[in-house]
Amino acid sequence: MSSPTVPADFSGHMLDLDEDEDLEVFTKKTSMTDGSPMPNSPSSMVNQYGLDEEEEEQGTSTKDIFITVDNPESQVTAIETFIMYRVVTKTTRSEFDSSEYEVRRRYQDFVWLRGRLEESQPTLIVHPLPEKFVMKGMVERFNEDFIETRRKALHRFLNKISEHPILSSSEHFKVFLTAQELTPHRKQGPSFLSRMGETVRAVANSVRGLRSRPEEFVIMQEYVEDFSNKISSMDKVTQRIIKEQKEYLDELGQYSPTYTQWAGAEEELAEPLKGMAGCVELCNKETEELISHLADVLVPALHEYVLCAETLKTVMKRRDNIQADFESKSEALAAKKVDQEALKEEVDALADRVELANNALKGDWSRWQNSMRTDLKSAFVATAEKNVEYYEKCLAVWERFLLSQRTEPSEEQAGEDAS
Amino acid sequence: MRPGSATTAGEEKRMAEDGKEESAATGDSDQPAAGLDSTVTTMVEEGSTLLRRMEISVAEAEKRSGKNSVNMQETFTVYLIETRPMDAIAEGRNPAPDSLWRRYSEFELLRNYLLVTYPFIVVPPLPEKRAEFVWHKLSADNMDPDFVERRRVGLENFLLRVASHPILSNDKILYHFLTEEHGWKEVVYDTGFQAKADSRLRALSATFRVRNPDKRFVDMKHYSDELQSHTSQLLRARARVADRLYGVYKVHGNYGRVFSEWSAIEKEMGDGLQSAGHHMDAYAASIDDILEEEEHYADQLKEYLFYAEALRAVCRKHELTQFELEMATQDLVSKKQQREELATGIVRTFSFKGMTNKLFGQEAPEQREARLKLLEELIAEGEESVKEKTAECEEHVEGGWVDMQRFKEQKDKDLREALINYAIMQISMCKKGIQVWSNAKECFLKM
Repeated sequence: MSSPTVPADFSGHMLDLDEDEDLEVFTKKTSMTDGSPMPNSPSSMVNQYGLDEEEEEQGTSTKDIFITVDNPESQVTAIETFIMYRVVTKTTRSEFDSSEYEVRRRYQDFVWLRGRLEESQPTLIVHPLPEKFVMKGMVERFNEDFIETRRKALHRFLNKISEHPILSSSEHFKVFLTAQELTPHRKQGPSFLSRMGETVRAVANSVRGLRSRPEEFVIMQEYVEDFSNKISSMDKVTQRIIKEQKEYLDELGQYSPTYTQWAGAEEELAEPLKGMAGCVELCNKETEELISHLADVLVPALHEYVLCAETLKTVMKRRDNIQADFESKSEALAAKKVDQEALKEEVDALADRVELANNALKGDWSRWQNSMRTDLKSAFVATAEKNVEYYEKCLAVWERFLLSQRTEPSEEQAGEDAS
Repeated sequence: MRPGSATTAGEEKRMAEDGKEESAATGDSDQPAAGLDSTVTTMVEEGSTLLRRMEISVAEAEKRSGKNSVNMQETFTVYLIETRPMDAIAEGRNPAPDSLWRRYSEFELLRNYLLVTYPFIVVPPLPEKRAEFVWHKLSADNMDPDFVERRRVGLENFLLRVASHPILSNDKILYHFLTEEHGWKEVVYDTGFQAKADSRLRALSATFRVRNPDKRFVDMKHYSDELQSHTSQLLRARARVADRLYGVYKVHGNYGRVFSEWSAIEKEMGDGLQSAGHHMDAYAASIDDILEEEEHYADQLKEYLFYAEALRAVCRKHELTQFELEMATQDLVSKKQQREELATGIVRTFSFKGMTNKLFGQEAPEQREARLKLLEELIAEGEESVKEKTAECEEHVEGGWVDMQRFKEQKDKDLREALINYAIMQISMCKKGIQVWSNAKECFLKM
């Protein structure tokens, strides 16, 4: 398992990450949403695909909507306690009546929005939300770090939606950003029973199996599986690095006092020993900062794509179901002797649905890949930069110490007399 | 330069010629501080020490098998001691060195002899018998090649320190150790030092109360305890830090593995990920050399941890000689008092003779004369003894104080040098880190 550049006798120390059970951080699997899409109109959707390339290199110059999520405040009611976030929107888009909106939303509201978006566009890749809970470490829902992490992820979610060529023009999205009270809008939606029926059909379809998945989706499926594994591994490795760094930090904290204490018993050596203690303390601080970066920047970025991988799997299943629906009905058409006209219409509609679903996914797929590449590249570059900065700062600390020790004894005396 | 040698002829010569004690921190010395080549920071004193006349090195180490004293098969390591006359080297001739093999136990024997024979000298310590303050990667196995190598360096360091000491370097036994392979042990035992060694050990651990120890020695003893405690705490903490740092670096090797696997499924990102992965592997591998070098720093600290014991022993020896002097003085005083009482008849101190005299009447004049005569003899002996012990005590104090001063200066210089070495190592580590991560960044930018 060890890479060829690592000496053989150390490969044993390479971690077997599968043993790290305590690093499992996953939500419950989201259930299948309604399979029948309500596209705005086929033609408008086709037009939208062409915008993919332009949209991908979006800078602030082409951005016409700015959304921020901040100011978490806890709300207490008779039944429950929850956090409300402030969502501020500034936009020049014509479909918005005003140019600025401020609303308060809770996590459930975001879940609702995402559900509606997925429902209306079942084979588009809708950016995931942060998880409901974190299993590891029994983190409280109202823990400050947890809330902050969640806030950042919700902020990213809304911005990702606003960057999506199709999703950002969703009516639900607009309502979410603008309506003071979301509850009346939340009442609308597919009923529980119809969603149940959809799930049953989906299960039946998966039991039956797909006749043949188009080649490109076979490749996509394989990629999604592999990507999911790799990004999960990256997440785990990074968490492990943070853990090791924290333990290193602890030991460093014990190390510098030994120099200070020794300095107390020495005369000539007191000054260099105190200097050493100072250096170790400074390196200690730099290590803390590095750990903060890993935890606040790299881990969230990786984790986001762990969740994306799950979203991709779900989207692929939905596309399969749409195809399965079509196949089962078209088999029924071939078998039936009566009512051919009505059934044929239904089958044609389903055939269109399959084509739309496939095109939607194909178009969104390359947009998603580019977005993934950009996001992860930026996170990795930032991490590499942070590491360089860490070593540069530590280097400066030790060089200063060395310089102070290499002065002539007479200069040192003068320095001591002066201080 | 001979393979495996810790010093070169040129360096020896320069050190031998340096009569003055130059600050190693001025940067004049071009000894590569952080390399495996030289950890020797021995100072050479003025005056003709053995080192000026002879080049000494512990060149190699080898495994041997043989029967031990209880006729059992054992494996042990022997070290090759090489010597060459300095004047031959100075004249440009390059004679082959004389050499002999010695085991660690023979070094121990030499040191024990020196400890007993020069009780007022802070005798340089040997490298540790067993690996202590290990962090997880280092084996505590005495046969481990890295341990053996570091021990070789430590043994050479010991010899160089002894051979450059103004007093120790003139010892004949030392000279024989370096030049006579066979029969050396017998010569050492013939000195009869073993008997003194046993009583020394007992004395060092005995408890007794000294009335008037030299304050400087009391302070030094206190300092030796501090030195021991602080260096061992530092060594322990450093080992734990090293262990953790090892963990941090090695985990990055997993990035290498995952990047490599991930690059296989990506098109545009593939090359960037793949090459970044190689850099992560390099980063993970770099820690081994870094920590190996740090072991030399630990060894320099360990030397002074063990030196603390030697320093303490000198202070204890002073206490012992002072105590014996006080006992002898007290004994003399009481005997003189007894004589006075016998002569004047006035009893000032309690004695059984006095009691029996009171109970049974005074003794006969002849008996009194006999006792007086005996007392005079004892007093004469006692005065000799006090004179001897006073001289011994003074000699020890004088010699001990001089050597402790010498030790203090050596210690300050050596440890300062060690701290500087450590800083240099850290700088090197940081530079490597900057390079690896800069390279990785370039790869990521190509993603």
